[in-house]
Amino acid sequence: MLNTVVLSAILIISAATIGLIYRVIKGPTTPDRVVALDAIGINLVAIVALISIALNTSAFVEVILLIGILAFIGTVAFSKYLEKGVIIENERDR
Amino acid sequence: MSLLHLAIISPFLLAILVPIAYKLFRQIHTGWFVLPLPILLFSYFISYLSITSDQQSVTKSFSWIPALGIDFAAKVDGLGLLFALLISGIGSLVVLYSIYYLDKNKEQLNTFYVYLLLFMGAMLGVVLSDNLIVLYTFWEFTSFSSFLLIGYWYHREKSRYGAQKSMIITVFGGLSMLGGIILLYLMTGTFSISEIIAGSDEIFSHSLFVPALLCFLIGAFTKSAQFPFHIWLPDAMEAPTPVSAYLHSATMVKAGIYLVARMSPVFAEHSLWLWLIAGFGITTLFWGSFSAVKQTDLKAILAFSTVSQLGMIMSLLGIGAAALHFETVDDSYFTVATTAAVFHLINHATFKGSLFMVAGIVDHETGTRDIRKLGGLMNFMPITFTLAVIGTFSMAGLPPFNGFLSKEMFFTGMVRVLEMDIFNLDTWGFLFPVLAWVASVFTFIYSMILVFKTFTGKFQPEQLEKKPHEAPIGMLISPIILASLVIIIGFFPNIIANTLISPAQAAIMPVEGYVYDTHIYFWHGFTPELFMTLGVITLGILLFVTLPKWRRVYDFLPEKLALNRFYDSGLSGIQHVAHKFTKWYMNGSIRNYLVYIFTFFIITLLSVLFLKGAFKFDASNVSAIRFSEIVLALVIAIGAITIMFVKSRLTSIILLGAVGYTVALFFVLFRAPDLALTQLVIETISVALFLLCFYHLPQIKDEERMPFKATNAVISIGVGLVITLIAFSAHSNKLFDSISQYYIDNTYEKAAGKNMVNVILVDFRGFDTMFEITVLAIAALGIFGMIKLRLGGGKKNENK
Repeated sequence: MLNTVVLSAILIISAATIGLIYRVIKGPTTPDRVVALDAIGINLVAIVALISIALNTSAFVEVILLIGILAFIGTVAFSKYLEKGVIIENERDR
Repeated sequence: MSLLHLAIISPFLLAILVPIAYKLFRQIHTGWFVLPLPILLFSYFISYLSITSDQQSVTKSFSWIPALGIDFAAKVDGLGLLFALLISGIGSLVVLYSIYYLDKNKEQLNTFYVYLLLFMGAMLGVVLSDNLIVLYTFWEFTSFSSFLLIGYWYHREKSRYGAQKSMIITVFGGLSMLGGIILLYLMTGTFSISEIIAGSDEIFSHSLFVPALLCFLIGAFTKSAQFPFHIWLPDAMEAPTPVSAYLHSATMVKAGIYLVARMSPVFAEHSLWLWLIAGFGITTLFWGSFSAVKQTDLKAILAFSTVSQLGMIMSLLGIGAAALHFETVDDSYFTVATTAAVFHLINHATFKGSLFMVAGIVDHETGTRDIRKLGGLMNFMPITFTLAVIGTFSMAGLPPFNGFLSKEMFFTGMVRVLEMDIFNLDTWGFLFPVLAWVASVFTFIYSMILVFKTFTGKFQPEQLEKKPHEAPIGMLISPIILASLVIIIGFFPNIIANTLISPAQAAIMPVEGYVYDTHIYFWHGFTPELFMTLGVITLGILLFVTLPKWRRVYDFLPEKLALNRFYDSGLSGIQHVAHKFTKWYMNGSIRNYLVYIFTFFIITLLSVLFLKGAFKFDASNVSAIRFSEIVLALVIAIGAITIMFVKSRLTSIILLGAVGYTVALFFVLFRAPDLALTQLVIETISVALFLLCFYHLPQIKDEERMPFKATNAVISIGVGLVITLIAFSAHSNKLFDSISQYYIDNTYEKAAGKNMVNVILVDFRGFDTMFEITVLAIAALGIFGMIKLRLGGGKKNENK
């Protein structure tokens, strides 16, 4: 029972990811792509969590946390880039 | 190390001291410090005469590289001693001559005598070595020092050209000879010439015998300026005249003759040996004498004459090999050719040396060597004229000089070819006496040109740079000694017959128990040879007198056949073709090089896979495919394929990131948490770096899709296919179990860890990790350096 549920959940999320990938490819603007990427990151968290349930292991908890952090940092960096044109501002340029 | 070894290397030792003497005693001509050594060597080698006259030899060995069978074995036998006497004897005379020829204030005497001594030592080493590798070492030393001597006046373009040409040709031959030496070593297992000769019967039928023979002959022909390799010798005339007299008439060009004579006992059994040596020798004889007639430069005439005379000696050595095939009662019937070869070798060294010195004197005292400007010098230079007459008449083969005797014997040898019935000589053999006779006519003509155009006829003072006068006595001593030798040998040939010629002949054709007893007669009776000589003289005089009428023959004939043109166009052609080829395949485009690399990769691996039948597909050991894996694989495939077709670079970067993250998911699926963690972080950073690069790219107006190229598509599909096939095949061919069970068992037991990946990284295989860390450190430092150090940029180097 559990396996069926997990598997169908993975399927649904994968379908959602494919939809998001379509958005990443198609565009039409860069913010669209960034938002889609952020959503893909969250979907990855879900997929990893589901896979660890399916594999019956707790070894991937760190991966889940890491994806969360990376997705956040990445999205923030992208947003800053889109807004200011630079990611790291170098005020103290000698 | 014995005294003999010391004698061989003494010129090298003195060469070290010469520059010191030159610096310390500037007011004394450096040549005086050099002169005693060749005289000393000459008298030392004279002392061996008593040994070799009894057909004995002396061998002294000195260990050099015993593990490879290379010993500095010095052997003095008849042949080696003859050459050693020529080298040291003429060497002394040349040094004496050069003292007066070269000005001590204008010339760099230290380098001259260093090169000359190097050459002398190398030449002694060549003729006295009994070990082939040692012989080769000295052989290359002669090429090298000859290169230095020809290019002595290195500020002249023609000197450099001549030096380069002689270097290329003689080193080509030298390397070929090295090949022959190695082949001989493969056949016999020794480098020692004596041992090879002793065991020469066994190698006759060996499959490497003929290649070895050819290799040795190329070496000998290039060194001895045989057709078609003779072209370097006339250009070597840019050297100072003492050098021409020494190297290019008496010693170095005879190294090839020496080699042929020395290797005769090994190779002469084979018909190729006779045919090639005699054939090329007689061709060289004819071509050299024919070309000499048209030259207008004294030294050029002498150079072609040297070529021609070397061809004569060579052909005699070839014909002499036939004697081995006749086991008749009258052994000496066919050996006369070898006797003539050795005899003419001595004669040629004497008269050609003196003639070169005469040419040098004429050049020195009038300022030109062009026979069109010279003439009527007889009254100004009576002694030089006398010397020239003796030398040229001997060269032309007139009595009573020594050239007459050897030419008579040469004709005898050639006429006797007619009676040989081996190796098809009965059908083509008649060419030998005919060609020999025609060549002798030309020899006569150029000899006469040499002496009469220079010393008789109209005196043209306005053409000359200096007012001609007789040379200083010091300059005349050497040619006088050589010319008197010409006369002495001419009148009393038998004083050298049994001391020098017979022992040398015994070394060339060692026959058990047979003692060569050479006797040279002035008068043979009314033999064909005598009439041939008479014919040469008659026709020669006739043609010489009518020379202006038929000289036009040369205007169109030899220019077309000149081998120099082949050499020059060949050399520049090789350069041109190589340049074109390099330009064609090395066009600087990295795409191109990648095409080569990948094509090579596909061709080699695919051909090995299928030619060797290595491909195998075995699905028995494959685990079941899960649905999630298919989905992930599809995602990766779609991502990777889309990268190729998208327009914008930004999209490509994002897609690449997507592929990287999916790989991380694969790691999750295949239960590799550490890999997944690292992959995620690294992928994020590298995508960020890509974006950084993207941001700094120059603005392109229209970002275009990657252009499609069929070759690229084929190659990329090929690479993918090859890798896939190899992966299938490797998986299907697993031979042994994995060693991972050890790690599973011992990760906690021995290394106190539960995370196996990390234990392997830092404990079981920690060494790799250390260097991975180093790689990262280097990369970081490199990036830092590249950003900070901008040499040639606006900022100055900040490190300073």
